[in-house]
Amino acid sequence: MSLFAGTWPMLRKEFLHLRRDPGTVIFALLIPVIQLVIFGFALNMNVRQIPTLIYDQSPSQRSRELIERFRAADTFEILAHVNSDAELYGEIRRGRAQAALKIPYDYADRVLEGRGATVQMLVDGSDSTVSSAALNVFNTLILLENQRLARVGQPIIEARPAVLFNPATRSPNFFVPGLVAALVQIMVIVLVALSVVRERERGTLDQLAVTPVQPLGVMLGKMIPYVSLGFVEICWVLLIMRVVFAVPIHGSLWTLLLLAIPFLLASAGIGLLISTRANSQAEAFQMAFGTMLPTIFLSGYIFPINNMPWQFQMVSKMIPTTYFIDVTRGVILRGASFAELWTNGAVLTVMALVLVGLAAWQFNRQLS
Amino acid sequence: MPAVIETREISIRFGSFTAVDGVSLTVERGEVFGLLGPNGSGKTTLIKALCGLVKISGGEGRLLGMDVRKEAPEIRRRIGYMSQRFGLYEDLTVRENIEFYSGVYGLTAERHARRFASVVELTTIEPYLDRRASQLSGGWKQRLALACAIVHEPEVVFLDEPTAGIDPVARRALWDLVFLLSGQGVTFLVTTHYMDEAERCGRVGYLYNSTLVALGTVEELKRLPAANPPGTARYEITCPNITEMLTMVRALPYVREATVFGQSIHALAETASAAALAAATCVSPRLIEPSLEDVFVTLTNRIIADRRAG
Repeated sequence: MSLFAGTWPMLRKEFLHLRRDPGTVIFALLIPVIQLVIFGFALNMNVRQIPTLIYDQSPSQRSRELIERFRAADTFEILAHVNSDAELYGEIRRGRAQAALKIPYDYADRVLEGRGATVQMLVDGSDSTVSSAALNVFNTLILLENQRLARVGQPIIEARPAVLFNPATRSPNFFVPGLVAALVQIMVIVLVALSVVRERERGTLDQLAVTPVQPLGVMLGKMIPYVSLGFVEICWVLLIMRVVFAVPIHGSLWTLLLLAIPFLLASAGIGLLISTRANSQAEAFQMAFGTMLPTIFLSGYIFPINNMPWQFQMVSKMIPTTYFIDVTRGVILRGASFAELWTNGAVLTVMALVLVGLAAWQFNRQLS
Repeated sequence: MPAVIETREISIRFGSFTAVDGVSLTVERGEVFGLLGPNGSGKTTLIKALCGLVKISGGEGRLLGMDVRKEAPEIRRRIGYMSQRFGLYEDLTVRENIEFYSGVYGLTAERHARRFASVVELTTIEPYLDRRASQLSGGWKQRLALACAIVHEPEVVFLDEPTAGIDPVARRALWDLVFLLSGQGVTFLVTTHYMDEAERCGRVGYLYNSTLVALGTVEELKRLPAANPPGTARYEITCPNITEMLTMVRALPYVREATVFGQSIHALAETASAAALAAATCVSPRLIEPSLEDVFVTLTNRIIADRRAG
């Protein structure tokens, strides 16, 4: 008897299930849109419009020029002028402002005399992203002002920080390629695990076990539909990314889609492995949920893997998303080719084989 | 020709728990064999072991002459199994369910067409072919489950509590189907809680606490010495105030057991005290044969008493 006996009827049945339950498909296609909107629009990692106070102790031509620089910078939004330290600290404590620029009473005089005028920037450190952004921009602005003052009458030289690969340092460009991977992995794991455990709950898995269907047949029948759905989802997210967020794809789309296949199979393998352990859909969902946090935080999707302690780097190496994020960012942002990315595909293929093998072994053990 | 089902001292253990303990039984071709016993007595486990779903820890099981442990793949093609939960896909239609199982058993297109028509005709499910399984009543679900379980023409069919929660008309319809098929040579092993269903079976086995405590035709079981202890007889007491009477009869020293059957009480009492019983109840008790339920209750009580005695 073939090792794959029953694959075809299982596969046909799974597609029937999907057709009867359009909710699953809609869910799979709608969630990325919601996520994209959240990550693309709401969660902008580029800090802008920090509410800022100005405490100018010596209103003068010089200080007004400096304030004008801050007003022109998109990072700061001048909220109000204050007239005392008490007022300044009060507003920051209340959370109405996150930064304040304090220009001392002798600023104009010292600038004129050319002897070390000081300007103070006070930032609310409770949001590290905001405070570090504020300090960075502050330093740059002061640097620029110094240059201007030191070379009156001469062309002003501006510092030009260059950012490679994501010139605009736009958040969507960085997030969306990672989001595709993380989201699809979670979805495939959940759907595969649930569809097997549903059969266990309803007793149809026992029924299948007395038929000549082989474990591999059941597993392939379960994997193929959800891997296909994951594939459609990847294409769909890429389309939204391209059209709505105008993120250009620098490399070859085919490389990306080709490497998506082992990634999807590995994810489905995790789902199958979960399904061999879970007895109820709730349990399966919990276990799938357990894979979600590592996927989001340790795959390099949000935080760089290189900064993690080695134990966590090991964990991140076991997550399929880690490799596929490398592929998506490589192809979309850096224009990397298959020759540069194939190792990811190789690792994912090995992962898929090991996971499916383990799941088959578990199924066999449980059934005989 | 070998027996269709043959078990020799089959034991099934899960860790330290023994679910089936040394069960030996034989079922011949075309027989309808009933397996009875309380919940947790090991009926389902025994069926699952014979289908290859549960590992046998000791003894031997043979189906159609093949070893259950070694020839499971071949056995699977030739048996049908219908569980308490039916194993249907609720979101698929009746037609799709039958087609799925037909596909799973690898029926060729031509054989599928023939078998599909045959099981649809047998179960008269034609009008519901395009209805989803979830929209069927319990009785029709059960017929669909049977259709799915026999679409590949199995020689043996295991029915695990097929009629639990089904109305009496549907129950009778299912039994009619079972006898129709058994007449064609299909062998059935059926578990049930219903005594009237057990009485329909050609032979019956009674599992209690993982052990097979009785085996035989219904008539044989009713005449078992264990069920009819020497010096006792069964009496039927018919009276209006049945609940008070039951309490009173149970308190009598020469009454071993008493239970209500409809409008009367069945009591197992010492023959020597028949006159005393008549006097105590003010009606003349009628001597009766034990029902199958009486037999099982008496057997069970005896086992419990024996165990207490050590």
